[in-house]
Amino acid sequence: MSIEREPESSMPVSATTPQMDPSTPSAKATPLQAPAILNFVSAAETVAEERAPSPIREYLSTCGNGAFADRTFATVMLICALSIFAIVLFIFIILVARSRPSLAQFGFSFFTRSAWDPVSGDFGALPFIFGTLATSLLALAMAVPLALGVAVFLTELCPAKLRAPISFLTELLAAIPSVVYGLWAVFVLVPIMRDQLGPFLYKILGWTGFFEGSNFGVGLLTASIILAIMILPIISSITRDIMLAVPTSQREAVLALGATRWEMIRTGVLRNARIGIVGAIILGLGRALGETMAVTMVIGNHPDISKSLFAPGYTLASVIANEFSEATGDMYLSALIEIGLALFIVTIIVNAIARALVWAVTRGAPARVH
Amino acid sequence: MNFQTRRMRANSMRRYVVNNLVTGLAMLSTVLVVAPLVAILVYLIYKGASSLNLAFFTQIPAPVGEVGGGMANSIVGSAIVLALASSMGIPVGIAAGVYLAEYGRGKALAMAIRFTADVLNGIPSIVMGIAAYSLIVMRQMHFSAFSGGVALAIMMVPTITRTTEEMLATVPHSIREAALGLGVPKWRTVISVSLRTASPGIITGCMLAFARVAGETAPLLFTAFGNQFWSFKLNEPIAALPLQIYVYAISPYDEWHRLAWAGALVLIVMIMVSVTLVRIYAGRGVLKGAS
Repeated sequence: MSIEREPESSMPVSATTPQMDPSTPSAKATPLQAPAILNFVSAAETVAEERAPSPIREYLSTCGNGAFADRTFATVMLICALSIFAIVLFIFIILVARSRPSLAQFGFSFFTRSAWDPVSGDFGALPFIFGTLATSLLALAMAVPLALGVAVFLTELCPAKLRAPISFLTELLAAIPSVVYGLWAVFVLVPIMRDQLGPFLYKILGWTGFFEGSNFGVGLLTASIILAIMILPIISSITRDIMLAVPTSQREAVLALGATRWEMIRTGVLRNARIGIVGAIILGLGRALGETMAVTMVIGNHPDISKSLFAPGYTLASVIANEFSEATGDMYLSALIEIGLALFIVTIIVNAIARALVWAVTRGAPARVH
Repeated sequence: MNFQTRRMRANSMRRYVVNNLVTGLAMLSTVLVVAPLVAILVYLIYKGASSLNLAFFTQIPAPVGEVGGGMANSIVGSAIVLALASSMGIPVGIAAGVYLAEYGRGKALAMAIRFTADVLNGIPSIVMGIAAYSLIVMRQMHFSAFSGGVALAIMMVPTITRTTEEMLATVPHSIREAALGLGVPKWRTVISVSLRTASPGIITGCMLAFARVAGETAPLLFTAFGNQFWSFKLNEPIAALPLQIYVYAISPYDEWHRLAWAGALVLIVMIMVSVTLVRIYAGRGVLKGAS
């Protein structure tokens, strides 16, 4: 509170106000202007009238320094921020607690056995792990080249007029809910798979053994295709952001050496952005691993491990979606929760790796919200 | 040209061909991506528009085998669950964003929280469903609208936090300094100056988070659970639009398929309108390049 001991003349308000506004009498000017300055901190008019030269000082001495309110506010904000930690921790704890019966009974072998027999209470998650990995990796194999092509086109080749509509469209498509993709897949993709694409693939690639058995339209391949369509917008928009983060000087330098446009993209852009692109792909993988509704609707939901991509399968997420609400008995329920726990841990690891890679390129710059 | 050897000419020819080839491939992949996506949208609008009628918005689902019925209760149910989720998720999300931008800049703790928020964003929605089920439904022994709201609220938090932080970071320091220089306490500066300046962007973030959870089905499967009748109570199972679409889509009845398409169209229009509004809003002023 050293301000209060200072001599009257050194107060900036009383010294400058008459000079700035010489036409008005100073006795009148100060009380009029002081409240204007303090308007948003609230009424100090009554004080200002008697001791015109120092309304700010007067106000400050009556209302204290606000340290208490400041500290409270900062603490509340901190608590809300820490709640994000708490949420993740809490989900983990509650999933472990609820899956204890299954953890105790099967131990680690839960993930290596392929039994799934709710009647006799014998559970193993291998078919679901197989289904999840097969569909996700297949979806990535289809989506990544296309997503990279789109990102390259949008950042380097696209005429400026087309850029906004195309990125807007991909943004909209990222916003379509999973259940709507599923609905489309059930009524459009499944018939196409059954009647056209399936027989075609069998004719051309039947000798590989991946396209055998009866083709009902639902199965691993259909699920992979719908997954690929769903993760495409995510991968391509993050890749686009990362490629935009590459400095223009890099491109100019390569072009100045006489490179063609593709050589510029390859050496100037893709090489600089490769870590982030890998991150974007892993983010897409994380999304594919946990995707539930659309996959559940078209994968066929049968715990099989089969070489054929026409065969029905089951993923970690879809077995939960399908069987959770009708699970009877503690062991059945805890086995399903343990599958959820596995999904939780795997996606956390995958996302952590992906974010670290994306951050490495964008230097911790806040990732865009998609 | 005279001093170019044959090998040099062949080389530049090769480079020319590869360049055009790759350009063509990039264009082709864009077409390959955009075309099916447009096809999905067009088909959806076609199917949905031909199945929509007034009854869809005014009636509750008809019993199996009867023609007609609508999803009025699902629309209202979705609104209730979403309002619940927003009222919990938005304040926490904004407050966490305020911490990251105003108090935690450069701190290791803030970095860790930012990272956790990004990771939380990637956790599958079905896991949120199980967590809310284990936490609330198992304890109460019945499904409830409230548990669905909690699951969705958790999903909203990370998105809102990150956008709020990003938007607050665009507020110039001079504005904050001006307020602090006038003796305004920091908490008041944050609320009346920083947050108010960044408010269009923060609203954008909230709407994006809202649009994202509006279509979520998986977390509601065993929390809100769905309901064929009117329900306004928070501790009872409640209908939700995405849930109803799912149930109808996998049913064997043509009449229900028709309703599923209509529901999907309503859902999509709702989400697209909010995303488009955000886009238009975000294209102006402070928000340029924000979303």
